[in-house]
Amino acid sequence: MTTSTTHGPGGRAGTIWREVTQHGLLWPSVALVALLLACGAKSPGFLDVTLRDDHLYGQLVDLLRNSATPLLLALGMCLVIATGGIDLSVGAVMAMSLAVSLTYLDGAADPSSPVTVATALALGLGLGAVAGAFNGFMVAALGIQPFIATMILMVAGRGVAMLITEGQITTVTSPPFKSLGSGFVLGVPTPVVIAVAVFVLVTLAVRRTALGMFLESIGINREASRLAGVKARSTTWTVYVIAGLLAGLAGIVYGAPTMAADANNIGLLRELDAIMVVVLGGTRLDGGRFHLGGLVVGALLLSALERAVIIFELPSQTTPLFKAVVLIAVCVAASPYLRGRLRTPRPGARGAQRPVEVAA
Amino acid sequence: MSRPASLRTRLAALVGIGAALALGACSSGGGADAGSDGGSGGGDLIRVGFSQLGAESGWRTANTESVKASLTEENGFDLTFVDAQQKQENQIKALRDFVAQDVDVIAFSPVIETGWDEVLQEIKDSGIPVVLVDRTVDTSVEDPFVTWIGADFEQEGRTAGEWVAENAPDAKVFELQGTLGSGAQVDREKGFNEVVGEQVIGKASGNFTRAEGRTAVEAALQAYPEMNLIFTHNDDMGLGAIEAIEAAGKVPGKDIQIVSVDGVRDGLQALVDKKFNFVVECNPVFGDQLAELITQVADGEDVPETTVVEDKSFDQTITQADVDARAY
Repeated sequence: MTTSTTHGPGGRAGTIWREVTQHGLLWPSVALVALLLACGAKSPGFLDVTLRDDHLYGQLVDLLRNSATPLLLALGMCLVIATGGIDLSVGAVMAMSLAVSLTYLDGAADPSSPVTVATALALGLGLGAVAGAFNGFMVAALGIQPFIATMILMVAGRGVAMLITEGQITTVTSPPFKSLGSGFVLGVPTPVVIAVAVFVLVTLAVRRTALGMFLESIGINREASRLAGVKARSTTWTVYVIAGLLAGLAGIVYGAPTMAADANNIGLLRELDAIMVVVLGGTRLDGGRFHLGGLVVGALLLSALERAVIIFELPSQTTPLFKAVVLIAVCVAASPYLRGRLRTPRPGARGAQRPVEVAA
Repeated sequence: MSRPASLRTRLAALVGIGAALALGACSSGGGADAGSDGGSGGGDLIRVGFSQLGAESGWRTANTESVKASLTEENGFDLTFVDAQQKQENQIKALRDFVAQDVDVIAFSPVIETGWDEVLQEIKDSGIPVVLVDRTVDTSVEDPFVTWIGADFEQEGRTAGEWVAENAPDAKVFELQGTLGSGAQVDREKGFNEVVGEQVIGKASGNFTRAEGRTAVEAALQAYPEMNLIFTHNDDMGLGAIEAIEAAGKVPGKDIQIVSVDGVRDGLQALVDKKFNFVVECNPVFGDQLAELITQVADGEDVPETTVVEDKSFDQTITQADVDARAY
């Protein structure tokens, strides 16, 4: 199964046209490009990328860097959603991972030594994976509904993070750790490099192996896929661990520039951003087919929206409204009903499609 | 899940719920640390229920420490301290617990201004005096609290504005707002704009955090290229602004001046490093003043309606020694 699909017979141009208009990514991409162009028109220089102190600089570079966190979260979320689940705990896991990493650094003799930083990173990622394993256990082994199962850590995770930081905001100084969030690799911001690497890894893992197909089959019909020989339980468990691990990584990348483990605010409501990115990327919340490529567009769109509010000199109070309007517009434009009206009837086309559901 | 629920899965679900409850308990345990042995009611100790709103910044941490250090048993207090983790529902629950424990005085820093009518009425009916700390409430209950102690945010904004009017009368100001709707954001903005409102060319919220302060300033550098002064509603966002300004190849404190409110150690360090230009202190260490006030309230003495904690302000003449002496 691949992300793009070819449709039945018809002229070549017609096929391409249909593929473009039918593609789930069309409207999010159109919205993103339109938004960036609008920002460019409003504020000349917005689209410029320059080389400053041997690294790329510009609004678009900032945008990429700010998109890294939502992309990492959405990658894990997308896999979970493909199995018909959801992971509400990712925001809290971000806070937990950052808390454990920074608390370790805080207590270390030399917070700047590579070994210490590597250990801190491993601890943070490890905690993320453990949190994911806990979610996976609740969902896959105990059969609790994912919404409820992951809500436990969503609520309790911040408490755990508070325990780790003893209710305070732990701040440390460690340039190597900080560079994970604010440094550059060959002129490109480190978070962007990390996000791209993870994206490529996950894409290869699910598209070059059978994992992606297993996920989709579980999402479409868990029982049938189990009977067909798919190890539904362990596969489901695995995706929650991946989601937890990526959430931990996102927490570290997001929190590293500030070097402050703020258990209350790091990752707050990020789970909803992640779900929004998945939806914008054209993946439906009821499981089954998923589109990793769409996540990149979704994450960029989300960051661009937040930035556009300031560029257009709108008051910050309007940010949520602005997000909602774009989300509604994209979802309406991509809705099966509208697409059905736009498309030329084809033989063998599936008629009834359920409408896209949007969370929150 | 269309699987028939066998006894085994039901049992398993129960185990899960048990685990959930245990974790939930952990979470509230994390908030309510140290000194939560309330209700023991020993001797002449004044039993105080204090509900702190959370730990959103270094300022709050210092405030919490100051309160805990002053309301000790040696000083004649039996303190039940509950951290609300920035959630109003936690705070309302804590207040109800205080009523149930029938403490002598309730003190709390409300996380937001509205939504307290019901619980304040309950407290009023129980006859327990309320001391508001740091923040205020907006309620329809009559005489909801005995007294208020805290900083005058509006005055802080005004002090910052006066510095700008005097030292940078031609500056184009970008205002980095705190969490929208919070008392500190509303009042600091009001005070500042009273003095130099016409100099403000743009505003955006950074939610009082470094990361969002940085993001907002990155965009603002593009949207308002002519800006040369940032007024930030707290130090943390200002520190984020420094990162954004430096990334843009400009010099914070020189190309773009920064005026901040709070005076936490990192902020004052930035002042020493000449990256901040002016910091209005918002003094969190008023535990001793609070202790005195609570004693008076418990004894039924008349207390002033408001007690304003004295704030200082610092400019770049501050020395490293001053910063190192900072407790928070």
